[in-house]
Amino acid sequence: MGEEVKVFGYWASPYSYRAELALKLKGVSYEYINEDIFGNKSDLLLKYNPVHKKVPVLLHNGKPIVESLVILEYVEETWKHNPYLPQDPYDKATARFWIKFIDEKCFPTLWLAAWSAENEREKVTNEACEYLKTLESALNGKKFFGGETIGMVDIVASSVGYFIRVTQEIMGQNLLSADKFPQLFQWSEDFANCSIVKESLPPRDKLLPFVKGLIAKYQQDNAKA
Amino acid sequence: MAEEVVLLDFRPSPFGMRSRIALAEKGIKYEYKEEDLRNKSALLLQMNPVHKKIPVLIHNGKPVCESLIQVQYIDEVWHDKAPLLPSDPYQKATARFWADYVDKKIYDLGSRVWKTKGEEQATAKKEFIETLKLMEKELGDKPYFGGESLGYVDVAFIPFYSWFYAYEKCGNFSIEAECPKLIAWAKRCMQKESVAKSLPDQQKVYDFILEMKKRFGIE
Repeated sequence: MGEEVKVFGYWASPYSYRAELALKLKGVSYEYINEDIFGNKSDLLLKYNPVHKKVPVLLHNGKPIVESLVILEYVEETWKHNPYLPQDPYDKATARFWIKFIDEKCFPTLWLAAWSAENEREKVTNEACEYLKTLESALNGKKFFGGETIGMVDIVASSVGYFIRVTQEIMGQNLLSADKFPQLFQWSEDFANCSIVKESLPPRDKLLPFVKGLIAKYQQDNAKA
Repeated sequence: MAEEVVLLDFRPSPFGMRSRIALAEKGIKYEYKEEDLRNKSALLLQMNPVHKKIPVLIHNGKPVCESLIQVQYIDEVWHDKAPLLPSDPYQKATARFWADYVDKKIYDLGSRVWKTKGEEQATAKKEFIETLKLMEKELGDKPYFGGESLGYVDVAFIPFYSWFYAYEKCGNFSIEAECPKLIAWAKRCMQKESVAKSLPDQQKVYDFILEMKKRFGIE
């Protein structure tokens, strides 16, 4: 039986990227459909994700799976070679803990630090630095969060290690710096240099102006309010 | 080797209830330790240094934090009895999606119902009911979200039933009037010993909420 695998995504979305990287790590071929998430979402997207109406959506033999973390677990369970989650239940629980931490605390706060108004920025930035410090402790001397090879935590941490670093460049902030967080900084370099990651990340020269435009629009909208 | 299982918990916490139910479903003997959240124990701070929150499951001295992560861990370690997650990856993904939906919506909306007044409360109530109706639709005609037996989504969601009376009193509305099938599902879950023993009395939760309101100066 031929596998039919499709991803509805957005080229600049860190969440969408997680789904694509997971499939690439497993060597699974898929059809990619770029959704116009800022303009007109397709009828198919709304049909496959009626609850959240968001990307990414993974379609496997006609059945939709949504929410990036749910997709990552599904891909791991369906294509069992090249595992990116540990087998041991305790190690798995630890990986899931860090994934939740990145998704609920680390990434959103860092994102907010880039967007927040001047008067609030210091407080949010301090909080973000605390989270980065905690995240760095999870590396614990390893090359990747997954050990010698990329694991599920690394896939999720790409939101911080790549997408946030690009955002910070634009904002002239340098939170994830080599001197403040040497281990984490080295990890983000090693991660981005992996061939499979390098080929699949949205290119910096395309992402930079895109995020710049997003931030400018956000600031404009808020200035009017 | 004897298994040592400890749960650091707080009786009214719906998150703690999830782990209690999972442990009870599997018939696991464990030590329950009630935490005073205004005076957290050294053990809690040591076992969950990142969030300093309950519940914390300690298995042979090693901590597992975050309630849904604990439920999955319990399901994986004690896999030969009362499976909570389906074995089929697609069904598993569906269960994970709905548990995640409960996590994203129910607690926050419910909190806004009891913490706020006036228009803010009215909006929260409306969204809360919409969320419950969507869960009701997902349940459909099944006895449980897990199908014929209690599953992952049931365990994730049923704890909030113990808070329904408090939400209703604070928000002046009836959940049963809006979502009768959901209440029928909740009562069905309460027939199970694992659930009945893990959930506090609804009146006790309401008393706790009233105390919280007084403490935080919420009318």
